[in-house]
Amino acid sequence: MAVWDNLTGQADAIAIFRAAAQRVPSGVDTVKADTGAIGSSVSTVESTSMTHAWLITGPPGSGRSNLAFAFAAALLSPGTPDGDRAAARQVDARTHPDLSVLTTEGVIIKMESVKEAVARSQYSPSVGRYRVVVVEDADRMVERTSNVLLKALEEPPERTVWILCAPSEADLLPTIRSRVRTVRLRVPSVADVADLLVRRNGVDPIIAELSARLAQSHIGMARRLATSAEARARREETLRTALGIRSVSSAVNAAARLLAIAGDDAKAITLELDAAERDGMLRSLGVEAGQSVPPGLRSQIKALEDDQKRRAVRSLRDGIDRILVDLASLYRDVIMVQLGRERTVINLELLAELRAASAAGPPAATVATIDAIAVARQRIQSNVAPALALEAMLVSAIRRPQ
Amino acid sequence: MAARPATTGSRAVKASPARTAKGTVIPQLGWHQVRPAPIVLVSGTETFLAERAIRQLRDFLKLEDPSLEISDVQADSYAPGELLTLASPSLFGEPRLIRVSNVEKCSDNFLAEALDYLENPAEDTYVVLRHGGGVRGKKLLDTIRSGLGGAIEIVCTELKKDTEKYEFAANEFKVAGKRVTASALRQLVAAFSDDLAELSAACQQLIADATSEVTETTVDRYYGGRVETNAFKVADWAIAGRNGEALITLRHALTSGADPVPIVAAFAMKIRTMAKVFGARGGSAQLGAQFGLAPWQVERAQKDLRGWSDEGLARCILVLAETDAAVKGAGRDPVFALERLIGVIARRGEQ
Repeated sequence: MAVWDNLTGQADAIAIFRAAAQRVPSGVDTVKADTGAIGSSVSTVESTSMTHAWLITGPPGSGRSNLAFAFAAALLSPGTPDGDRAAARQVDARTHPDLSVLTTEGVIIKMESVKEAVARSQYSPSVGRYRVVVVEDADRMVERTSNVLLKALEEPPERTVWILCAPSEADLLPTIRSRVRTVRLRVPSVADVADLLVRRNGVDPIIAELSARLAQSHIGMARRLATSAEARARREETLRTALGIRSVSSAVNAAARLLAIAGDDAKAITLELDAAERDGMLRSLGVEAGQSVPPGLRSQIKALEDDQKRRAVRSLRDGIDRILVDLASLYRDVIMVQLGRERTVINLELLAELRAASAAGPPAATVATIDAIAVARQRIQSNVAPALALEAMLVSAIRRPQ
Repeated sequence: MAARPATTGSRAVKASPARTAKGTVIPQLGWHQVRPAPIVLVSGTETFLAERAIRQLRDFLKLEDPSLEISDVQADSYAPGELLTLASPSLFGEPRLIRVSNVEKCSDNFLAEALDYLENPAEDTYVVLRHGGGVRGKKLLDTIRSGLGGAIEIVCTELKKDTEKYEFAANEFKVAGKRVTASALRQLVAAFSDDLAELSAACQQLIADATSEVTETTVDRYYGGRVETNAFKVADWAIAGRNGEALITLRHALTSGADPVPIVAAFAMKIRTMAKVFGARGGSAQLGAQFGLAPWQVERAQKDLRGWSDEGLARCILVLAETDAAVKGAGRDPVFALERLIGVIARRGEQ
């Protein structure tokens, strides 16, 4: 059960992929059938179970890309639907010769990299049964870039398989949607995620339950909350700040505070990585530490720094997005309390504050705030200054004392 | 052969308003007070004034002795020995003017040789060093300012205030002996507030063309109501509640090259500061420390806030975010979005 082990709560999807991986591609099929070695097992698998292009959709944190790579490992392993250890290890390291991955640490996937992947997808596999192209974040392609994929997705070479990942089908062009087979992932239950945290990270069950609940079953977020007390404290501070907004002045100051929290978060992730990458590049270019970079090599350093800047923008946006998701959970709770459904509250720890907040305004105001959060997320994506988007969102969260 | 020329009337050393670094003993003069000296250091960021001062010096020396030998040196691509070669006396002993540019980017060679030269400046040689600001060559500047080599310094700092530019323009007309009205001058300065060279060129044009006194109508005929302005001035008008003036200024800003996106950012910055300060009590220094602002920003915001309400500010912030999205592609017409924003802000967010 090697490759499917680390996935939680996605039994249905795994069953589909297992069946697909079990089928032997036609080129290989005839050879095997002649020898009669695995003839019986092949015939039990439906011939329609495998296709050349897959789309895995599901909410963030449900393990889309993990599942995609598990499926890739299963496809690349010779024979078994559960994958063999060597292939799985190569896929984990992203070094398998028949695997190409399209991913980005910036805001969008660039057209050049897509074109390169399309060109590579035309080669026949070198060691595995298939050549596999995984596109993480297929929603991070602009329309022009997606169009490059169309031809390759429609008629790929016989043994090439495309696996795309996106939050939902609506994030992709209809022309792409019609060329792929969609597998939808469920949101894993809180108990499943908590169980995974206890099993894999050895977290205390109470904290595991709390983290899984607060992260709304986002596995990555739950792990962060479970393993870092600081992250939990920061989240709570965010929510308390939002609940304490009584005037424009406090809203604008809260926006500055939230932005600082997101910025610190982003910096913690990128700063170390940036320095390490720069050192690595200087070493491979043969420039000693402390020595000035020769003019001929500066363009390469510049390219690296540009990439790093793009990554910093992305991680700041991701940080703000996380904060907005947390805030959305908060106002969801407020409206639940207002409508008398206290048992379904996510932020149980703040129940007293939630009751106070629900008394401070009508449900309509809460709904307006939830809408404002959605608008802010959308605006940040379309390049509005994050500070301004946050301020506008928090202004709508003002509950003036009567 | 020629004795050192007598200094002009502006000998009366009026120290320029610029900084007087510690240990400075040489005279520091304004750009129009330039006079010959063995070393003339032309410092400051205003290239236009510096060029003019150097040109004046050259014209003056040329008048003194038409056989003046002029050579130019680039300090950043300096070949060793150049300065000494150019400064050494020729057969007929003409006076020599050596103009050195880019001293702010000078090479190490130049630095070393210039320092040597200061110890022992050549006869009948005027060396003009143009330093455009910055820390490079600080040792050279300090040595010159300490009085070695008999230098003077011409300080060409940027003219930032409108009154300084007004004086500059007035002086241009005065030198040419042309009469000009105060309102015409004000209009000229408003039309060319960004670039001193442009302002000067406009003055020269009017001096050359206009027959009698230059008045507002003359300026209007030549520069047809052009006003250079920036996003912050638009924001100031709007926040002061003057819708009409703000709209006019906005059009001026857009036609003289401002982009809608930074204009929205300027509005956002001002409104944000006001919102932070709104309702807070305490001294400006203390509030500044609390909100990460300079004390003058706090005072300015407090002044701007007269007549505003909490709800009004809230509405303005909502419209600001909407406008930012609109100018970045969510709306069809960025300028309309800006005009709408100005309307809301000028009403102080009231409906």
